[in-house]
Amino acid sequence: MLLKITCDVLRIYSGRRHLMTKVTLEVNGKKVSKEVPDHTLLSVFLRDNLNLTGTHVGCDTSQCGACVVHVNGKSIKSCSTLAADVEGSKVTTIEGLAKDGKLHPMQAAFKKTHGLQCGYCTPGMVMSAVDLLQTKKNPSDQEIREWLEGNICRCTGYQNIVAAVKEAATKM
Amino acid sequence: MASLVGSRVERKEDTRFLQGKGRYTADINIANQTYAVFVRSPHARAKIKSVDTSKALKSSGVVGVLTGKEIAEDKIGGLIAGWAIRSEDGSEMKVPANPPLAKDLANFVGEPIAVVFAETLDEAKEGAEKVKVDYKVLKAVVDPAEAMKSDAIHDGVDKNLCYDWLLGDRKAVDEAFSKADKIIKVDLINNRLVPNAMEPRACVVDYNTASEEITLYTTSQNPHLSRLVMSAFGGVAPENKLRVVAPDVGGGFGSKINVYNEEIVCSWASKKIERPIKWVAERTESFLTDTHGRDHVTHAELAVTNDGKFLGFKNETIANLGAYARVFGTVTPTYLFGPCATGVYVIPAAYSNVKAVYTNTAPVDAYRGAGRPEATYTIERLVEKAAMELGMDKTEIRMKNFPTQFPFKQTLVHTVDSGDYVAGLEKAKQMADYAGFEARRKKSEANGKLRGIGVSSYFEACGIAPSAAVMSLGCGVGLWESAEVRFNPTGQISVFTGAHSHGQSHDTTFAQIAADELGVPMENIDVVHGDTDKGTFGMGTYGSRSLTVGGIAIVNACKKIVAKGKRVAAKMLEVNEDEIEFKDGEFVALKSNKKKTIGEVAFACYLPGQRDEMKSPIPEGDEPGLIESSFFDPANFSFPAGSHICEVEIDPDTGNVKVEKYTAVDDFGRIVNPMIVEGQVHGGIAQGIGQALHENTQYDETGQLMTASYMDYTMPRADNFPEFNLGFTCTHATSNPLGVKGCGEAGAIASPPTVMNAVIDALGGQEISMPATAEKVWKACKSMKKSNAKAA
Repeated sequence: MLLKITCDVLRIYSGRRHLMTKVTLEVNGKKVSKEVPDHTLLSVFLRDNLNLTGTHVGCDTSQCGACVVHVNGKSIKSCSTLAADVEGSKVTTIEGLAKDGKLHPMQAAFKKTHGLQCGYCTPGMVMSAVDLLQTKKNPSDQEIREWLEGNICRCTGYQNIVAAVKEAATKM
Repeated sequence: MASLVGSRVERKEDTRFLQGKGRYTADINIANQTYAVFVRSPHARAKIKSVDTSKALKSSGVVGVLTGKEIAEDKIGGLIAGWAIRSEDGSEMKVPANPPLAKDLANFVGEPIAVVFAETLDEAKEGAEKVKVDYKVLKAVVDPAEAMKSDAIHDGVDKNLCYDWLLGDRKAVDEAFSKADKIIKVDLINNRLVPNAMEPRACVVDYNTASEEITLYTTSQNPHLSRLVMSAFGGVAPENKLRVVAPDVGGGFGSKINVYNEEIVCSWASKKIERPIKWVAERTESFLTDTHGRDHVTHAELAVTNDGKFLGFKNETIANLGAYARVFGTVTPTYLFGPCATGVYVIPAAYSNVKAVYTNTAPVDAYRGAGRPEATYTIERLVEKAAMELGMDKTEIRMKNFPTQFPFKQTLVHTVDSGDYVAGLEKAKQMADYAGFEARRKKSEANGKLRGIGVSSYFEACGIAPSAAVMSLGCGVGLWESAEVRFNPTGQISVFTGAHSHGQSHDTTFAQIAADELGVPMENIDVVHGDTDKGTFGMGTYGSRSLTVGGIAIVNACKKIVAKGKRVAAKMLEVNEDEIEFKDGEFVALKSNKKKTIGEVAFACYLPGQRDEMKSPIPEGDEPGLIESSFFDPANFSFPAGSHICEVEIDPDTGNVKVEKYTAVDDFGRIVNPMIVEGQVHGGIAQGIGQALHENTQYDETGQLMTASYMDYTMPRADNFPEFNLGFTCTHATSNPLGVKGCGEAGAIASPPTVMNAVIDALGGQEISMPATAEKVWKACKSMKKSNAKAA
């Protein structure tokens, strides 16, 4: 793991900025393939190359969680993941959560409980919360708050987000 | 038809936000765009000897490099202070020039010096690294308390003093103090905060060479105001050639009120390089250059009698403006602070004296609550200390000094139209089980923990603001709001508002209001905001003004629609206008009970010629169409108020403070959507607890910002809070037809003193400053142990 991080850092800062690499992913059920600079972050790949702007960038230091997406079903922070590092993976973004025009139960729960205000942290918050319920079916308030520790919201005071996760837990 | 106002209606905007379909500024891309990266001062105070752009211009992909020299040559104006504040001696405030790109002097770390445009972001970053700036580093002025004794950082600003302002009567206060049994004193620091909207600032500029029109997409709370400032003061383009669009904006909290350097520079530059430009702040750029909040050093005193009556209040504050005075920078520590510093109490004599100083730090401006959190912190720390020193119950001393008659003429400026402070505090006590606290304290003690309870009662002046009043106090503009209601021929309605939603839910609440007024389903109504090309004009959203000012403009425009509808319906139904009643979307002829729906009437308004038997339905003197507008200027501020109670538990071994219970009882007048109001209160309380326990902006002695990322600045997280317990009381505002009061800032105003009073209570009265971090609290616990041991 340490070696991998070291390699990533070296790759970003070694000045080989213009080396291109081909990244092939399955994003929201569709296969995509793009030639991008090899230091392209997954968040940049999604936003700039695929125009999936629902994934947001809020801090650049992997703290705020606005960029959370699922890679092979698990939540990760896409602002600190190289697109090339998840080559061949299945990626789900906020745009891929609703099915057939129907909101995912977590999305519907956020709407019902007023779990969002400005909407900026929301995509990451929702993706993170979906992974929580995949990991633990009926989490307690404290477990929800601890899980969401990596997602910062400045608007809601988190109370209605916790309520949304509890509401979704009854539907998922 | 049931009223929508008062219902927990789910939000219209959520459907797009929840599916990643929000459209924020950074989501916008324009064909052929260049990327901007700013070269920023690494020094807090430095003379700029030279800027060499030659290497940057040769760097791969670089399209252009511009500096302070070019922007000065083009006579592009700088950033402005929106309020002129006079000193006690009558002199005008001192405001230094604030050019969009610094040319001769850099005055804070992060101040933009030059800008590089390139084909890609990477190339723009590389280019920016090649701009060579030769600085002569000067000694920075950082500490506001020392600023008046330090070198003047701006020419012509003696002692770094912007103004020395007084509100109130020193002589009357001295007399009151001479009659006091006891003088309660506090020395307070209101810690500097970074607003930290989750969406970093950004702008995208598109210059149309054919129409010579600039379109600026930007993260603004007030796009019309931005256009006005950029046009009138920046000279970037005439207003009719400048379109400002603030699309979805990811939070503001005051930090997106100002027009910033980057917006002016990119708009000006787009015309120069004839290419679209995109700039998106990195989080550290936001920390360095977004306007910060608070940063007061205060000494305050309260004169009391032995039975707890308040006689007089004095407040001596040094307010840090940062390097420059910005839009609300000069009014926040004066008229938004001083008048509210006497709190919800009858205090016969009072004054507030504020010295606002410049330092080599980021500019300080409005942040959620703006002045009123600082005011409430001052008085509520004093009141709680008074209760402690007099051995009185902390709620009893408050009750004893509440006004009981409304309107309540508050000591310094405001006449508060309505309220019931006793009812609010009684309800809070009951909800918080105030009476049961001692038992809970004992239980905590048995577990080796310290438990404290804190109270604060607040009022605030928001819903800014009556134009005549604020302009007489130095405001550069009127603070009315406008609305336009367009009833389209086929029945859908567009409501244009000059207010701006960046989380406040206007799509929903404004549609609720209009639906009730017009008797149509909410689904037929679209609320349009955030684009100077759509809608008339507006002052934007801050100071909890959207509903109390902007919402009322919508109500008034709707009333005009109904009034015209009545005239048209009367003609259609062949009766006199006074024989028509409008109810639930229908115009009814009272005698015959014949009806026309508002939709039918609207359709008819667009058909002024003969139709079937009907000659034109438009009465003589009326024009075709059904579009009405209103500019609403409120008669007074709105005065929400309430009482909050907090309980904390401290682990003396670690200094960790846990908020165990938080109860808030607020009076916001009539509530349009309880679900949304509760959300506003939750968010405000969380920010206030953040100030009290977690957040702090730390500059070192050279003016380097030590807390410039989320690795260093503590943002409150989900596991920092308990579930907040909310209650409401209701007295209607008399200054607007809906009876509403502002609700957006109250939580952030009331919670810092509530939490700190609880912490200090747990520490046995030992005073500590915000934020009450584990380190500070642990040290306080240690010295408490020592003094207890001595006493034993």
